[in-house]
Amino acid sequence: MTGTTIDTLRFATAGSVDDGKSTLVGRLLHDSKSVLADQLEAVEHASRNRGQEAPDLALLTDGLRAEREQGITIDVAYRYFATPKRRFILADTPGHVQYTRNMVTGASTAELAIVLVDARNGVVEQTRRHAAVAGLLRVPHVVLAVNKMDLVGYEEQVFEHIVEDFAGLAAELKLPGFTPIPVSALVGDNVVDRSARMDWYAGPALLEFLENVPVGTGADAEAPARFPVQYVIRHGEVRYYAGQLVSGELRVGDRVVVHPSGETSEITGIDALGVPQETAHAPQSISVRLADQRDISRGDMITAGTGSPMLTQDVRAAVCHLADRPLRVGDRVLLRHTTRTVKAIVKDLGGAAELTANDLGRVTVRTAEPLALDDYAVSRRTGAFILIDPADGATLTAGMVELS
Amino acid sequence: MSGFSLSHLDALESEAVHIFREVAGEFERPVILFSGGKDSIVMLHLALKAFAPAAIPFTLLHVDTGHNFPEVLDYRDRVVAAHGLRLHVASVQDYIDRGVLRERPDGTRNPLQTLPLTEKIQSERFDAVFGGGRRDEEKARAKERVFSLRDEFSQWDPRRQRPELWNLYNGRHAPGEHVRVFPLSNWTELDVWQYIARERIELPEIYYAHHREVFQRGGMWLTAGEWGGPKDGETVEKRRVRYRTVGDMSCTGAVDSDADTIEKVIAEIAASRLTERGATRADDKLSEAAMEDRKREGYF
Repeated sequence: MTGTTIDTLRFATAGSVDDGKSTLVGRLLHDSKSVLADQLEAVEHASRNRGQEAPDLALLTDGLRAEREQGITIDVAYRYFATPKRRFILADTPGHVQYTRNMVTGASTAELAIVLVDARNGVVEQTRRHAAVAGLLRVPHVVLAVNKMDLVGYEEQVFEHIVEDFAGLAAELKLPGFTPIPVSALVGDNVVDRSARMDWYAGPALLEFLENVPVGTGADAEAPARFPVQYVIRHGEVRYYAGQLVSGELRVGDRVVVHPSGETSEITGIDALGVPQETAHAPQSISVRLADQRDISRGDMITAGTGSPMLTQDVRAAVCHLADRPLRVGDRVLLRHTTRTVKAIVKDLGGAAELTANDLGRVTVRTAEPLALDDYAVSRRTGAFILIDPADGATLTAGMVELS
Repeated sequence: MSGFSLSHLDALESEAVHIFREVAGEFERPVILFSGGKDSIVMLHLALKAFAPAAIPFTLLHVDTGHNFPEVLDYRDRVVAAHGLRLHVASVQDYIDRGVLRERPDGTRNPLQTLPLTEKIQSERFDAVFGGGRRDEEKARAKERVFSLRDEFSQWDPRRQRPELWNLYNGRHAPGEHVRVFPLSNWTELDVWQYIARERIELPEIYYAHHREVFQRGGMWLTAGEWGGPKDGETVEKRRVRYRTVGDMSCTGAVDSDADTIEKVIAEIAASRLTERGATRADDKLSEAAMEDRKREGYF
């Protein structure tokens, strides 16, 4: 590949109101020198207007007027920063109960989630919810950031007790594991630099961990080749099937299957945005040519190698309901899976009569046409879908396919 | 598979191309907002790559404030001709001449762009409008979706945004509504410049250091011109400057610079202690919520 070899970590933060999440994010940006002079000046100015002496770093991330007026975060905000080692995209998600959907949104593309707890309060109901969302969305790495250590005298016992509680939760929710770090966002302990005030803690500071955690090694990279067709580029007699390879790799000469038709062909050419290639890897955007003239259009999925997707009209999934209007058994919806949108009917809600906003649950839907599905545990891209209200196009529900 | 990972520029490029192709697959009449600024130039470059060897299935729209840098207009026309593109123009000057819009006391025309833009979208029935906005630019932009639904007045309602999960972009809209699409959402200013360098993309000359007659207003160097500068008490001097952003001449400031090559520009940005909007945009200095207010009203 051309360009620099720096890679990117996408991560999400979650914490309850007053856990100091905005302050932590502000501290991360500030201490990694990602805040520029005019932004800091604006924060200092706004802090003075409110009668605060020190600049309130939380103001760096509160974007909208309503948020500043109410002192809350109402929506996912994306932040960008870089260190010499890595580039970071942070989905900063608010922690109120009614905004679980925001964490689901932020976590859907994250490779790491920071779950924040207040050292004085320990693991609370919100923490359970954040851990559950991280587990449900299969975020590969979870950091438990125990914040406000300065307010509990930097006591090791307080930290250890919270870690123990969270470990119980992690086991219950089947999280793959987690990394606990004691911090004080306000003072800056263990955020960018290791703190001398907690010499009992031998692990890395938060930023150090973020810089070194492995990325791109999750299930998606290992999964079999999946290539949802986005668009057919016609040029003269030639058809180029354009899309993003969402998992695995494709090679010239590979035998491929087109779903849902089941037709087969062979790859005769791969073009990676102007560069002919023998092999393409996820998540490259490419176009491919096939040996045979096939009726392929947007919404079809090309696969190669062993491990076929499941072709089915009965979709079972874990879901998070996102919309204010409830989801009920019998609802007619649209289901969007990769580049394919099909009609569907809600058949079952795991025994519940309806799901309301921010509910986590289970759903079975019947689709009008077969879909080529993978288990979400195998692929976060071909195992994910959303339900859409056909009346006004609203996004209703996020779904994670469960095949077994 | 052992340790394949895309470089950050390749990952950004792949993501942006994916977004362009989604729009081509889902919408009837998409258009790219093209100002001749670096972000719109990068957008066009990505769109050309996304559909090669075929032509791009989009037209271009320039919202012309009438306060243009001649170098930028010249660039725009050359690019349109070179790629055989169709260009729509929404002219702020037209609206002023017809008495629909009135010149502001400060002479800036940036806030006047919203109406001509919205009416052009409605009259041409554009259903997807690509903008070069990046989330790193400004706090309100940091909260906007890649697919951002607008009503028939182009208004943005941050509290009613659709959750956007994985890379499943939901572009469904009612007749009269449209979707603003931001393929560069996850790019930073430095990414854009590194990509321009890597792809050897030509830019209008004003992005590189040159000598220019400027005067100081509000802590920024503005180019003297018919639009209303300099006024009494403001003196013109010749300085070596370059532009970090390109917008309406009346509120886009130049910065002192010796960066006359792309390598020097990248070095300068990496070392800069000011954001590009903070350094060069008078309109964003108005208030803490200036961009948010303009976005709600239908601005880019």
